Amino acid sequence: MERIPILRMGRFLLVTVQVDLQDEVVQALQDDLTAKIVRYGARGVLLDISALEMVDSFIGRMIGHLAAMSRILDAHTVVCGMQPAVAITLVELGLSLGFVRTALNVEKGMKLLNEAIANDDPHGLLDAEDDERPL
Amino acid sequence: MNVLSDDSLEIRRDADVVACRQAVRARSVEQGFGLVDQTKIVTAASEIARNTLQYGGGGTVRIQKLADGSKQGLRLVFEDRGPGIADIARAMTDGFTTGSGLGKGLSGTKRLVNEFDLWSKPGEGTRITITRWK
Ligand SMILES: Nc1ncnc2c1ncn2[C@@H]1O[C@H](COP(=O)(O)OP(=O)(O)O)[C@@H](O)[C@H]1O
Ligand SMILES: [Mg+2]
Repeated sequence: MERIPILRMGRFLLVTVQVDLQDEVVQALQDDLTAKIVRYGARGVLLDISALEMVDSFIGRMIGHLAAMSRILDAHTVVCGMQPAVAITLVELGLSLGFVRTALNVEKGMKLLNEAIANDDPHGLLDAEDDERPL
Repeated sequence: MNVLSDDSLEIRRDADVVACRQAVRARSVEQGFGLVDQTKIVTAASEIARNTLQYGGGGTVRIQKLADGSKQGLRLVFEDRGPGIADIARAMTDGFTTGSGLGKGLSGTKRLVNEFDLWSKPGEGTRITITRWK
């Protein structure tokens, strides 16, 4: 089975979701991502779904789960790049990604993540150089 | 109303759900659907195809390109010989699931299409027909 690649970028993880997702691939992503958040002590997850041509209730549920799990592991999630037609359809399907933060693109998503982390830790105590968790 | 084409696909595995989405996308493009209409019918197809697999134990989908005067449409007929749905009204309720889903597949699909028809009989199976017009 193919797996969705997870890229480490400093204290963030970048997940770029490909076009046609099989359900089992989506399921595997949840496991892979939680493992990597823990391993790298990641503070944020950027979920780039710009290549996704549709989000149904299964994928929508996965996105909500990922965000909730990340939060428990002390990481923020931002979903970026959702195509307008996908967003319109998602609303009509009756799915609100409620508490999931969204951004137009990866760059803006990164900015949101940085802000969220700064809010968690206004005095910058947590991310001092010598505090980095080992790989 | 004319049926311009009529394809049939099996839905037996996870990969068939993806194949169904791709076929529906291709047919909707051929029918001249705009991006939003394409996305709506593809998303609806994904929901019902997954139900056919998960709850119906697999089945088939027929994809028909329709023309009615100057109108163009796409009709999808999903059929399985699974356990059927005992309480259809309940299954159509937003948030109702007997699995671990969000319970939005049926109710949401109805909102995404112009015509929605559900036939089901316990012990015999389920047939769901959805149509979206351009
Ligand atoms: N083809 C089918 N055969 C039998 N039961 C079905 C079928 N499709 C849907 N159902 C029933 O209807 C319920 C609601 O379906 P749906 O709205 O797609 O939500 P979900 O898939 O999240 O459970 C399912 O949980 C299942 O009990
Ligand atoms: Mg469903």
